[in-house]
Amino acid sequence: MPFIPHTADDIRDMLTAIGARDTEALFDEIPAGLRARALDAIPPALSEMEVGRLMSARAGADGQPLNFIGAGAYEHHVPAAVWAIVTRGEFYSAYTPYQAEASQGTLQLLYEFQSMMASLTGMAASNASLYDGATALGEACLMAVRAHRKSKSQRILVPAAVNPAYRDVLQAVAGGQNLAFELLPYDPRGGTTTTASLEKYRGEDITALVVQQPNFFGSLEDVDALTDWAHEAGMLVIAVVNPVSLAVLKPPGEWGTTGADIVCGEGQPLGVPLSSGGPYFGFMTTRMEHVRQMPGRIVGRTVDLDGKPGFTLTLQAREQHIRRSKATSNICTNQGLLVTAATIYMSLVGPRGLAQVASTCVQRSAVLVAALARVPGVRVAFDGPRFHEAVLLLDRPVRGVLEALAARGIVGGCDISRDYPSLGNALLVCATETRTLQDIETYARALTDVMQSAAAA
Amino acid sequence: MREQLIFEHSRAGRSAEAQYPLAAVADGVPEHLRRRSAPLLPEVSELQAVRHFTRLSQLNFSIDTHFYPLGSCTMKYNPRACNQYAMLPGFLGRHPLAPESTGQGILQCLHELQEMLKEVTGMRGVSLTPMAGAQGEFAGVAMIRAYHRARGDLARTVIIVPDAAHGTNPATATMCGCTVKEIPSLANGDIDLDALRSAVGPQTAGIMLTNPSTLGVFERRIGEVAEIVHDAGGLLYYDGANLNAILGKVRPGDMGFDVIHMNLHKTFSTPHGGGGPGSGAVGVSERLLPFMPMPIVGYDGQAYRWLDENDLPQTIGRLSAFMGNTGVLLRAYVYMRMLGREGMHRVSEFATLNANYLMTKLVEAGFELAYPGRRAGHEFIVTLRREARDYGTTAMDFAKRLLDYGFHAPTTYFPLLVPECLLIEPTETESKEELDAFVAAMVAIREEAQTDPAKLKGAPYTLPVRRLDDVRAAKQLDIAWKAA
Repeated sequence: MPFIPHTADDIRDMLTAIGARDTEALFDEIPAGLRARALDAIPPALSEMEVGRLMSARAGADGQPLNFIGAGAYEHHVPAAVWAIVTRGEFYSAYTPYQAEASQGTLQLLYEFQSMMASLTGMAASNASLYDGATALGEACLMAVRAHRKSKSQRILVPAAVNPAYRDVLQAVAGGQNLAFELLPYDPRGGTTTTASLEKYRGEDITALVVQQPNFFGSLEDVDALTDWAHEAGMLVIAVVNPVSLAVLKPPGEWGTTGADIVCGEGQPLGVPLSSGGPYFGFMTTRMEHVRQMPGRIVGRTVDLDGKPGFTLTLQAREQHIRRSKATSNICTNQGLLVTAATIYMSLVGPRGLAQVASTCVQRSAVLVAALARVPGVRVAFDGPRFHEAVLLLDRPVRGVLEALAARGIVGGCDISRDYPSLGNALLVCATETRTLQDIETYARALTDVMQSAAAA
Repeated sequence: MREQLIFEHSRAGRSAEAQYPLAAVADGVPEHLRRRSAPLLPEVSELQAVRHFTRLSQLNFSIDTHFYPLGSCTMKYNPRACNQYAMLPGFLGRHPLAPESTGQGILQCLHELQEMLKEVTGMRGVSLTPMAGAQGEFAGVAMIRAYHRARGDLARTVIIVPDAAHGTNPATATMCGCTVKEIPSLANGDIDLDALRSAVGPQTAGIMLTNPSTLGVFERRIGEVAEIVHDAGGLLYYDGANLNAILGKVRPGDMGFDVIHMNLHKTFSTPHGGGGPGSGAVGVSERLLPFMPMPIVGYDGQAYRWLDENDLPQTIGRLSAFMGNTGVLLRAYVYMRMLGREGMHRVSEFATLNANYLMTKLVEAGFELAYPGRRAGHEFIVTLRREARDYGTTAMDFAKRLLDYGFHAPTTYFPLLVPECLLIEPTETESKEELDAFVAAMVAIREEAQTDPAKLKGAPYTLPVRRLDDVRAAKQLDIAWKAA
């Protein structure tokens, strides 16, 4: 019996000890009418060898195309050491560190992670992770409502240049508690959010302004001006950031005169493979004054009975297992193993390596944009500084172009025409440090071919 | 035994240079948007990082190293094949927004997983997107609310939960904008049906139940519970935390539940990862089909594709930026294929055999059950109130001393209504020898409690640290390292 150690003798002895005739007798409290029939729709068991062949065939069918999509999930080099350690059974098969003394490895690692994220974002306090970047923003908005006691409106301003998938998730996870999200337009030339678009809210009760840096288009927002404007108007500032970008971009803790109030984002770029969409992890940091409003696990350093340093879960009075319906969130299990990957990743590359990765991303994407913009029928949507993504406008529907590129082994970007109809045929492209000049050349040539062929038109 | 902080290994100018581009680059980021001082990340060699994190791993208890009978968490063996085959390059390197034509292999796996989960739960539809049990709960309650709203039944905002419920149940109801009404359990562990009858009414949105309950026993009158709630116009939510107890034996759909979430990281053996990732797939009955969270994998007989808002305009929406914890779903898929049709009911049979055997042996050894005279589901509760009264030793003292004996402690102080309790869940993958050794340890610890209670109070002694000062941790908050 796969994964079950019992011998026939074990079963007999155990049933005798219990005083049960057979294992069926152990279910005698379940009403007979509820018993399940045979599970015919489940296929018969496969051995490890058989399931290995099946999975290899399916993974192989999906191939390994050359990827130029970002849009919230980014392909970076993941050092071999990261997942070799992450998948050690002591990390992989442990659970939430409820018994701190038997979980010092996980707890110390989480403390180190919190320290790194606090410094990277320029904030004082970090939690130990949330589900992903989108839900982290949802939790950040709910937290802003709790933290900003003077504001009663539960109104939050969200730029249209924030990732549209995040905006959908916001509505789904925070809409139930009657938060109202109001959309701010982007400047059609720069692709960024301007303080001019905020003026109509001056004097109104708004709980918070969300600022994504870099924004969904890859463009860099004027974070200082937006932060100062929001603070002057009595709003909190929620920053949504890419952690890799923070090696070169100003950390939210230094935005404007006093810095952002809550920072969140998608942790995937830090050592987590694209993995078809997950598991990733969300991160959140904040000012120390708001730490008790923060959702999720938090690890603290303390001492044991002998006065030796050690680590434990702390501030648990915020959480569902203590506060139940009054908790800051219902989150329980989060994304511990991915945080393990991120902590090892950040330790391997260090401050210099992360800055090299970030700067190379900016440079490679600039080369990509220049190369693609030379293709007839393609132009760049926005001017102004960017991180590692850009919006291109095509002279024909994007979908057909992407399919034609896919047939050539290139995943050419993300079609954002449906999310931003006013842009027309809009394609969001990305290049990280993993795309070589040769890769970019390959893409540019393929796109030229596709745009020239009548089939794609 | 102490391992220094990674920051204490750090020396300026050191790093793992094979891991990033070395060429100098001018990135052109404008000065006013640029970071001015480097973040406080460690500067260590590749070996130093590998050694540090390997050493940290060795400070953990885990399923791979220790019996881990943490009640309500189903800490069963996580087959290595599940990890290896979920991390094949074709799955791992795939961008979630790549065209569906380049993802037919993975979409087929996910679609078949949906179908298998429908079969084992008896539900009509499954969405795999929730990323943890609590998010599955959120999806479930949000669907219940959407269902009532779509019928114009706007007053139904009260969620009923038993007092023994997991804390995520009431917290979830709040997140969905509902209020919570708790109902008591009877002394035998069943729900108080009279209390339920008087709790339901025109404001009842639904009830959240776990069966077997968090008290470890099967709710025998589930049919009556369903009838009372349905007659009052409410829906039934099944918290799948304890699905391991009934897999292949009873299907929540057949018990009358309208919506369930499954903890794939429990029943379907995906790793707990030191606190996630989990996966909280949801299953629904006919009437909740239109409200399922997006995306879902559809199949038209030719090709697989993601269903979206155009296919389900009444959906409660999206709960993640992409499609949930996909890699976890692949692990669950491999596990289910390895168990197969004939393996599903074996899970609950042997989980229940192990729980009842361990319970019997502990009773023989003189320990007191919170709910005597009942069959255990896949877990059961021992109350140490006699030991607390006679020797002054608490459930926490026993838990900490168990660590010295090489066992991870059971869940302590949950459910909240049982004094000095240990919630013990052995799972089906443990051997009889391991269970016998656990009983022997419990007996030995009780002897210590009789003769030398201070020994328990000071435990553990053999771990990297002794008992930690939680009060100090909260009062003198130190949650991030700062350079001296």
